[in-house]
Amino acid sequence: MNGQLPLLLRPVERLGDGALSIVESLGRFGGFLGQAIGIMLTPPFKWRAFVDRINYIGFRSLLIILLTGAFTGMVLGLQLYLTLSRFGSEAFLGPAVALALIRELGPVLAALMVTGRAGSALTAELGIMRITEQIDALTVMALNPLRYLVVPSLLAGLVSFPLMTALFDTVGIFGGYLVGVKLLGLSEGTYFGEMQTFVHMDDIMTGFWKSALFGVVVTWVATYKGFNVGHGAEGVARATTQSVVLASVLILVWDYFLGSVLP
Amino acid sequence: MIKVEGLTKAFRGQPVLRGVNLEIPTGSITVIIGRSGGGKSVFLKHLIGLLRPDAGHVIVDEQDVTALHGRALDQVRQRYGVVFQGGALFDSLTCAENVAFPLREKLGLPRAETVRRVDAALAQVSLEGAAGKYPAEISGGMRKRVAIARALVIEPQIIFFDEPTTGLDPILVNTIHRLILELHSRHHFTALIVSHEIPEIFEIADSVAMLADGRIIETGPPAAIQASRNPVVQKFIRGEPE
Repeated sequence: MNGQLPLLLRPVERLGDGALSIVESLGRFGGFLGQAIGIMLTPPFKWRAFVDRINYIGFRSLLIILLTGAFTGMVLGLQLYLTLSRFGSEAFLGPAVALALIRELGPVLAALMVTGRAGSALTAELGIMRITEQIDALTVMALNPLRYLVVPSLLAGLVSFPLMTALFDTVGIFGGYLVGVKLLGLSEGTYFGEMQTFVHMDDIMTGFWKSALFGVVVTWVATYKGFNVGHGAEGVARATTQSVVLASVLILVWDYFLGSVLP
Repeated sequence: MIKVEGLTKAFRGQPVLRGVNLEIPTGSITVIIGRSGGGKSVFLKHLIGLLRPDAGHVIVDEQDVTALHGRALDQVRQRYGVVFQGGALFDSLTCAENVAFPLREKLGLPRAETVRRVDAALAQVSLEGAAGKYPAEISGGMRKRVAIARALVIEPQIIFFDEPTTGLDPILVNTIHRLILELHSRHHFTALIVSHEIPEIFEIADSVAMLADGRIIETGPPAAIQASRNPVVQKFIRGEPE
């Protein structure tokens, strides 16, 4: 016996190996977050690194958030006006733009934009730190690299994503206003008045919870992929791609689930 | 004293270390030589606790490092300084900040004391002028010297050097070797150097061990290694092609 299964059973064995490998990866992925949360709850807290990460993830993404927010709002304003005017309901343009942005498009698009800009950069930065042994250097100094490199990013994601989403929503609503009111002639009072009537605190909280969760998901994926990078430049490139793709897919998957659960 | 007993490690079924035995006396400079890809860096990573062996032990002053985890392992690492192959300096920090980092984060020293020790450490490696520069702005040789200053600044009892002169020109190689020797005579730390700088490395070593095929095949003072009758050792020292 050479320990190999009969020819017919080998595909089953390969399938089992693949399934085991996926379960192991998920375990490592979850364990990584668990470890980071454990460290988050024990002092010392690295304020300087946290502020640096807020700047890296949040502040440096402002321009892209402002641009995409404005144009998303303008597109929504234009398309919804054209649609609503067919039913004689253009008065509802304000709440339609606001609800679409606050509940759905704001959290999702802001998260996708930050994933493309900061998530990929975070993975690449940590990946390079891994292959140049900077992460090992922290370990042998008896300093936990998760405390310095992962926890500040996770918390920065948690804080900055809702703020950036709020900015995206606000700019988007004014983008819709620009098109609906200034370009297409809807009254300003109708645009904002109806918005006040139809947009409730629940809608705002739905967007808030979504964006906070996306902040954790994006930074979790980005730091995990950076920490577990393969060899050389190719390994960093692969990890960066995987990080952006996985984070983007998870944003959309979680958006659906949260959309079904939240009021 | 660092004692390595039967250290064995394989990656994906491919054996790299096949039962390494070695003793590193306290206060000595021990050099590990061997061919590229021969497992020298893997061996070093076991000593500093970055890798766990499949079998065997690394005993540092009666403590088995391979059995330690978490804080207990960190306690042993408090005594270590490590100079990585590429320096492993933090890109986002200046040279002075890199050297100050372990002082600030590990020892929590007051600012004035940190500045004093950083200045002294950079002066020891003749890099006073590079304090405000980032690692990307200095040469490879300077990066290695900053890495040595960072390892030295916390006054460790044991310093591991992973190929500290790889990629440097012969003048810089000798400069770094002389620097290690000078710092060793001043601070009396135990040094383990992984290197394949032959024959320059023999000038600073108290003891040399050759790693080949995952085992230590010869160990002794530099003169004994140079006079070894082992054909593998001789072939390596003379740099004879396959």
